[in-house]
Amino acid sequence: MTRHIPWILIAILGAAALSVVALSRGEAVNALWIVVAAVSSFLVAYRYYALFIGRTVMRLEDGRPTPAIRRADGLDYVATDRVVLFGHHFAAIAGAGPLVGPVLAAQMGYLPGTIWIIAGVVLAGAVQDFMVLFISMRRDGKSLGELIRMEMGQVAGTIALFGAFMIMVIILAVLALIVVKALAESPWGMFTVAATVPLAMLMGAYTRWIRPGRIGEVSLIGLAGLLAAIVYGQSVAQSPYWGPLFTFTPLQLCWILVGYGAVASVLPVWLLLAPRDYLSTFLKIGAIAALAVGIVIMAPPLKMHAVTQFVNGNGPVWSGGLFPFLFITIACGAVSGFHALIASGTTPKLIAREGDAPIIGYGAMLMEAFVAIMALVGASILDPGVYFTMNSPAAVIGTGPASAAAAVTAMGFPIAPEVIAQTARDVGEHTIISRTGGAPTLAVAMAEIFSHVAGGPAMKAFWYHFAILFEALFILTAVDAGTRAGRFMLQDLIGLAVPGFKQTASFLPGLVATVLTVAAWGFFLYQGVTDPLGGVNTLWPVFGISNQMLAAIALMLATAVLFRMKQDRYAWVTVLPAVWLLICTLSAGWLKLFSADPKVGFLAHAARFGTAADRGEILAPAMSMAEMRQIIFNDRVDAALVALFLAVVLSVLFFTIRTCLSARRAAGPTATEIPARLVPAE
Amino acid sequence: MSALIPRLRRIGAMMVGMPDYDAYLAHMRRHHPERTPMDRTRFFRERQEARYGGRNGGKCC
Repeated sequence: MTRHIPWILIAILGAAALSVVALSRGEAVNALWIVVAAVSSFLVAYRYYALFIGRTVMRLEDGRPTPAIRRADGLDYVATDRVVLFGHHFAAIAGAGPLVGPVLAAQMGYLPGTIWIIAGVVLAGAVQDFMVLFISMRRDGKSLGELIRMEMGQVAGTIALFGAFMIMVIILAVLALIVVKALAESPWGMFTVAATVPLAMLMGAYTRWIRPGRIGEVSLIGLAGLLAAIVYGQSVAQSPYWGPLFTFTPLQLCWILVGYGAVASVLPVWLLLAPRDYLSTFLKIGAIAALAVGIVIMAPPLKMHAVTQFVNGNGPVWSGGLFPFLFITIACGAVSGFHALIASGTTPKLIAREGDAPIIGYGAMLMEAFVAIMALVGASILDPGVYFTMNSPAAVIGTGPASAAAAVTAMGFPIAPEVIAQTARDVGEHTIISRTGGAPTLAVAMAEIFSHVAGGPAMKAFWYHFAILFEALFILTAVDAGTRAGRFMLQDLIGLAVPGFKQTASFLPGLVATVLTVAAWGFFLYQGVTDPLGGVNTLWPVFGISNQMLAAIALMLATAVLFRMKQDRYAWVTVLPAVWLLICTLSAGWLKLFSADPKVGFLAHAARFGTAADRGEILAPAMSMAEMRQIIFNDRVDAALVALFLAVVLSVLFFTIRTCLSARRAAGPTATEIPARLVPAE
Repeated sequence: MSALIPRLRRIGAMMVGMPDYDAYLAHMRRHHPERTPMDRTRFFRERQEARYGGRNGGKCC
């Protein structure tokens, strides 16, 4: 019993912190309460829930050889120290998602987001990662698509693979859109990000020929280059000659990114992708650690309200009410389907013992939730007036400080035009109005925190551009790597119909698949950039729905596997979060399709513009009849996409129920695990 | 304490998907003594290609 006492104390501390966060009214709550509430919940959840799942539900056996033991080859399959593996897995799952979603969700106040992140990760997100890791680990480290095929049949596997490809496309488009929003009209940011391309190539040449394999060394050189780029960026931006050369409109940036994506994804990996991944990974880990330390040192009060009036919908950042849209806006950080692809990727091939699976699968996801909590804290320590000025579309608040201040004050968040102008000057930007997408907001918050710890107000502009660079860097890496991954997924899919297409070594199919992948995400990026409501408004919910649907698919697979293992009495562990995600995504998808509110429903929006077009009317923000038609077309494409996601998830649900029913009828376990007694192949 | 630096180095390398060369050498010596293992440079290039070639599902959002 005594061994439980420390955990009981942690639980009490967490509950106390959470009640401070939830119940304080009228006075500013310190951000550390949120951090304490989250960390204590995560510790207790890990100690009890993760270990319960590991021991009782999965029945992990330390003596059972993992793929790393059975198929050891020193390359892909290597038994790895669990601390080292934790770093590997965490670096692979943590990206821009947990930083952006919570910032956008802050429009409803900090309380709903905090509760969803904590509850979501403990009961859904970490369970999903852990289960998929477990399932893959028992099946030689196979990928999600193969696992679904093995356990639920060929058709279900193909449907899931197709769904995963479409989700990849949406993710790439949304990530690229965030970069566009962060770099548009910002010569300083643009210069620093552009400088990373030749810098990475230099690093690539260094690791290729000069000192092969010296990753640490080359990363330090790269870091020095990056810092120099940020420092010189200011002079570049202010120069009358260079400044305009690095100033781009969103539309120009869209084409630059599409071109970049196409070229970068066919370059040799050692030249650009690998070295930039070194930079972005280490910068990401360093920035996350620095943010955690900064928040603890600064202990900032939360300025955002606990709950704003936008819980009922009608928020300027994204449309729709708390249910179901909060639960798809914060995807990564609470639960992210994309992790199912990572947890069935390299990690299961590296696990040394089954007993390491809880800390890797469940623990790393808790860590990501912690990152999401920090992002939420970041957005909530800003003056709400600044937050809504940055995140409302220009169609709502105009483009000048006077109109923005008036509009945001009218929302109930008083702010003076001078404050808007001063905030922009502080961070070295022309304007902060309508810098949507989450990244600029987080960058302002990080500048606030970092400059408090190091450098004072004079350093704010430096830290702002450091934060923008850090976000843009790993998003560009993800765009590049994602385009390559999408290409192979597409080749596999087309290969089902045209077998010759599968040959990944031959030139033409690879080129066609690459062009198709870039065109697919480029289309949605273009649509987002030209969207008068700012794009993030439209695309982020579609991304959230698709990501959560993939999570639902992964949890349904886990449920099917538990049934086939004859562990169905514990199936609630995965059924509960799967049902919740199905409720959220199906109702969000339904609303996105059929809501009568044109701000929420794609079809209602198309109908409104369609009727106006028939009357020969041009509705703002369209400027011409051609733009009207473009908007209607985009709405229909988005609607078709959401309908497609709904169809994918419903058909996987059908296959899951079928698999579970037939598993119940079977006398013994039917799961296709690699038998435990198999001796490792020497 | 002296073990900390190599361990941090291994964590860093594994964060970008680069496994330990010495572990690879040890594996090859123990299980395939008849084969010549890749040298450090070839091992590095081979692993780089394997990680970033696209077959690994890319990075997360």
